[in-house]
Amino acid sequence: MLQRLKRDIWMYVLIAPGVLYFLIFKYLPMWGVLIAFQDYQPFLGFLHSKWVGIANFKEFFISPDFMRLFANTLILSFLNLVLVFPIPVVVALMLNEIRVSLLKRGIQTMVYVPHFISMVVVTSMTYVFFTTGGGYINELVQNVTGHTIPFLTSVHWFRPIIIIQTVWQTTGWSTIIVLAALTGVNPELYEAAVVDGAGRWKQLWHITLPAIRSTIVILLILRLGHFLDNGFEQIYLMSNSLNRSVADVFDTYVYYIGLTNGEFSFATAVGLFKSVISIILVVGANKLAKRFGQEGIY
Amino acid sequence: MRKWNTPGGVIFDSFNYIILIAFALCTVLPFIYIIAGSFSTDQELQTRAFFLIPKTFSLDAYKYIFSNGALIKSIGVSIYITVVGTIVNLFFTMTMAYPLSRKTLWGRNRILGLVIFSMLFSGGMIPTYMVVKDLGLLNSYWSLMLPGAISAFNLIIVKNFFQELPQELEDAAKIDGCNEIGILWRIYLPLSKPIIATFALFYAVGHWNDFMGPLLYINDPQKWPLQVILRQVVELSQAATVSDTNRLDPNFVTPPAQTVKMATIAVGTIPILIVYPFLQKYFTKGVLLGSVKS
Repeated sequence: MLQRLKRDIWMYVLIAPGVLYFLIFKYLPMWGVLIAFQDYQPFLGFLHSKWVGIANFKEFFISPDFMRLFANTLILSFLNLVLVFPIPVVVALMLNEIRVSLLKRGIQTMVYVPHFISMVVVTSMTYVFFTTGGGYINELVQNVTGHTIPFLTSVHWFRPIIIIQTVWQTTGWSTIIVLAALTGVNPELYEAAVVDGAGRWKQLWHITLPAIRSTIVILLILRLGHFLDNGFEQIYLMSNSLNRSVADVFDTYVYYIGLTNGEFSFATAVGLFKSVISIILVVGANKLAKRFGQEGIY
Repeated sequence: MRKWNTPGGVIFDSFNYIILIAFALCTVLPFIYIIAGSFSTDQELQTRAFFLIPKTFSLDAYKYIFSNGALIKSIGVSIYITVVGTIVNLFFTMTMAYPLSRKTLWGRNRILGLVIFSMLFSGGMIPTYMVVKDLGLLNSYWSLMLPGAISAFNLIIVKNFFQELPQELEDAAKIDGCNEIGILWRIYLPLSKPIIATFALFYAVGHWNDFMGPLLYINDPQKWPLQVILRQVVELSQAATVSDTNRLDPNFVTPPAQTVKMATIAVGTIPILIVYPFLQKYFTKGVLLGSVKS
């Protein structure tokens, strides 16, 4: 062993910064999670703050915020899963049916663009289009109905707008992986199906979909791992005093309670609760995928 | 070959084309409208609802925003963070990926385990903030570069890429008296230019677009990058429409008009649209490399 260490000495010099990075910025915070079980006082520090067991968690679970946050987070996550997740698969299947390759590439080029645009720009564009103060969408609405709709400051419109933004921003990018899986389908299968008299729907149903099933399952598992992540930046940027009752999710709550109000321990407890549920979801989804005879992610 | 030109097929194709083209237009037209609007005047925006080419060409909005020192400064900050941050990302990612690509390295599996576990579980916002704070990085640009110096996902892709390179090159270099650092620098990095370009662009876009980092770690308005200033411009104008009581405030600043908002958005977006053609050349390859392994 010592010999190997000595032989690879330069390798360890190279790897040192990376390992230090993971220890400092990934593993120290994991250890810091312990303040969720403390009454952390910044002037006392981690070592001298009082341990309080699960008091922070209890306080969170019985607080009126808990149900509201839980509902908001779950509803947005659920909408993401049922409305946003299938769209890239459908778009990829549709793109795959286009034979004019110039058109196909042109459409792809256009739909990928929003992926590279910052959330600040996406939300700012939403403001410009939807504002009641001269936004184009609201001018249209006013021409048709005679009054404006407060899209940005209304409780009812918050979720639809978030979903539209997400579809707009993520669809193009997510199609790449599905399209890649589609190029792997053996063309002979289609020829055989045509000989057997299968139409395009039948081909889609019996050849294309089964061929990309494992890719979809993997994407689904990865998505479930982030089931409770509603995108901090997006929610933070879209929320305001008038829609906060539906906008607040775990991530934004952690920010407000922890960094704005300075309740570090309590906010960490909320964050930890979320992380633990997320892990359970990934592991569970992976197990389920394996039980149904699919490859998991590990 | 597959049969396409049955009557059903033609209807299918037409629908397919129409829906996809409509979707593509929905993603692109907002950008064009914003850019066209930014070169136009408020009067035109009010009278013509939607247009892609302004009739009254005007640079007033740009003159206005560039007369504002804070915005120009923030562009400088964003460029600095993007350039230095990307170099930091690449340095950390490459130097770690290379030893990890060597199966004979003692402790390799343990380190890989460490990396993969960090993808599953993280300390979260507050403990990470405390580490950054305890290191004295608050209000320093390092707080925007170091906490995200390596993306575990990218690291694993680069590691797998290095693993595929032929071992013989390295043996030859060793005989010529090269140590590992020399091998990485003279052989591996030149051979992996496409993948370095891919990740450089990904990391750079991430830095340019970063909003959460400065929100958490940079309190000094003098040091804010472009995205934060952009947010301010739009929020300021929005606040005015949310509550008119602001107008009674003696310190109230006239909210930027639509064209100014649009010009600011364009400034935040145009650099990305300029590098996009380069991005596009590489990113499909990069994502595919990733998806094959994931």
